[in-house]
Amino acid sequence: MKLIVAIIRPEQLSEVLEALFHAEVRGLTISRVQGHGGEMEHVENYRGTTVKMALAEKVRLEIGVSNHFVQPTVDAILGAARTGEVGDGKVMVLPIERIYRIRTGEQDQDAVTPVPAHR
Amino acid sequence: MNNADITWMLVATALVLLMTPALAFFYGGMVRSKNALNTMMMSFVALGPVAVLWALVGYSLAFGQGGAFVGSLQYAGLRGVGLDAQGTIPHLLFMAFQGTFAVITAALISGAVVERLRFGSYLAFIVLWMLAVYAPVAHWVWGGGFLAGDGALDFAGGAVVHVNAAAAALVAALVVGPRKDYGRHAMLPHSVPLTLLGTGLLWFGWFGFNAGSALAANQTAALAFVNTLLAPAATLATWTLLDLARGGRVTAIGAATAIVVGLVVITPAAGYVGPGAALAIGALGAAPSYLALIYRARTRLDDSLDVVAAHGTGGATGALLTGVFADPAWSGGPSGLLAGNAGQLAVQAWSLLVVIAYSGVATFVILKAIALVCPLRIGGRVEGVGLDVSEHGEEAYTTGDGAILVTPGEAALGPRANAALARSGGAL
Repeated sequence: MKLIVAIIRPEQLSEVLEALFHAEVRGLTISRVQGHGGEMEHVENYRGTTVKMALAEKVRLEIGVSNHFVQPTVDAILGAARTGEVGDGKVMVLPIERIYRIRTGEQDQDAVTPVPAHR
Repeated sequence: MNNADITWMLVATALVLLMTPALAFFYGGMVRSKNALNTMMMSFVALGPVAVLWALVGYSLAFGQGGAFVGSLQYAGLRGVGLDAQGTIPHLLFMAFQGTFAVITAALISGAVVERLRFGSYLAFIVLWMLAVYAPVAHWVWGGGFLAGDGALDFAGGAVVHVNAAAAALVAALVVGPRKDYGRHAMLPHSVPLTLLGTGLLWFGWFGFNAGSALAANQTAALAFVNTLLAPAATLATWTLLDLARGGRVTAIGAATAIVVGLVVITPAAGYVGPGAALAIGALGAAPSYLALIYRARTRLDDSLDVVAAHGTGGATGALLTGVFADPAWSGGPSGLLAGNAGQLAVQAWSLLVVIAYSGVATFVILKAIALVCPLRIGGRVEGVGLDVSEHGEEAYTTGDGAILVTPGEAALGPRANAALARSGGAL
């Protein structure tokens, strides 16, 4: 099992989610973050004050996947998040010691295997 | 001159002026947060150049003595527009009241092209459109032009303001094209409360718009005022039932839309019909716009904030219903179908056709002419980042985290480099 952490541009989020759903990756968490990835800072003006925005809005995705899902997930993110400009972000693949599914107490492989939700 | 009339028209002019900032809130709440300032500025900025050019040229083109099609340059630069009487109020005040109409009509169009139109191109467009389209159309109906001669009834601007702006909006949405995410990703309103705030302020200002169009503090003004209360109320009530029937829930954006549709529908009729007819017009006005909204969302037409469904469909419905309900027993003026004058309906339809055709064609020509000089659309990458940063160098909702103060010495490079980036259309 791996934890995939990706930092992407917010404007690419819809594309990335679409690509992940196509790759049948279910179960992910996103958060709005701010960061700096070497891109050019944009300049803003408020009355007499000029500021350089050193931190850009980014979105952080966290996805716990079983081993055979690692590459499809990474490929989906790389394909959908890329614009070719500096500041597209990063994808990091981290080892996981253990995963539990809270609802059932299932562990590891079982915990990251999606089950359909009942209504 | 009459001091009561002057007092009311001073207030009415200020009320109509407030409608443009109100429209900014109404529209601003409906876009994504990264475009909130740009969308609001599209309305606010009309208060500048459009109002200035109205005073310098537009007013004369609309209300100067002229032919059937357009006024003249006799009042250019406000020459001859002084404190002497125009009706029972000073001529200068009449010019200002009409100016607030020109401003909001131009701003209305922006709803069809938000989130992708370059701000500079937009500025050029609204200025040229006010001079080439709004001023002549106002002349046709209110300045003694040919539609006035034909007997077309438009009390406060159903055709001149709403259908006119909506025809321009339709063409502008087609020429500029849909947003890149349109029909692919959901684009939700970022602040429904802002839209509701704008709606409330629009209704408030609209009392000046409709009752002020009586141009006096008289019984007609009172009639138009009450109709401006009753018709949107009836539209909102009807819309509520439609919402309940369709989805089982009454939506806030729906309520905001209903109120605006009701205001649009009663605008051409306000001083010509009785209060019972106003209730009927408001109620009848709901369904056409409701259906137009649902239908539009299924097409490729990215009229982003539904200017056509609200103002076009609503304005046309109102103009036609004016031809049905116009009642000399209340207004002491013209008769409609129910008062035995069936021909009025044909005149109303004719005025709509002429306004739609002229506004549509002229808008197309103006936009194509601007496109020869500078691109209409923002680049695809910039569209993703949002127009607040690219067009204005500001954000509506910023935490200020990571903002580094640029001292005056370095500042010279910053904005220019930033503008160059925005022009290059992508490298943000």
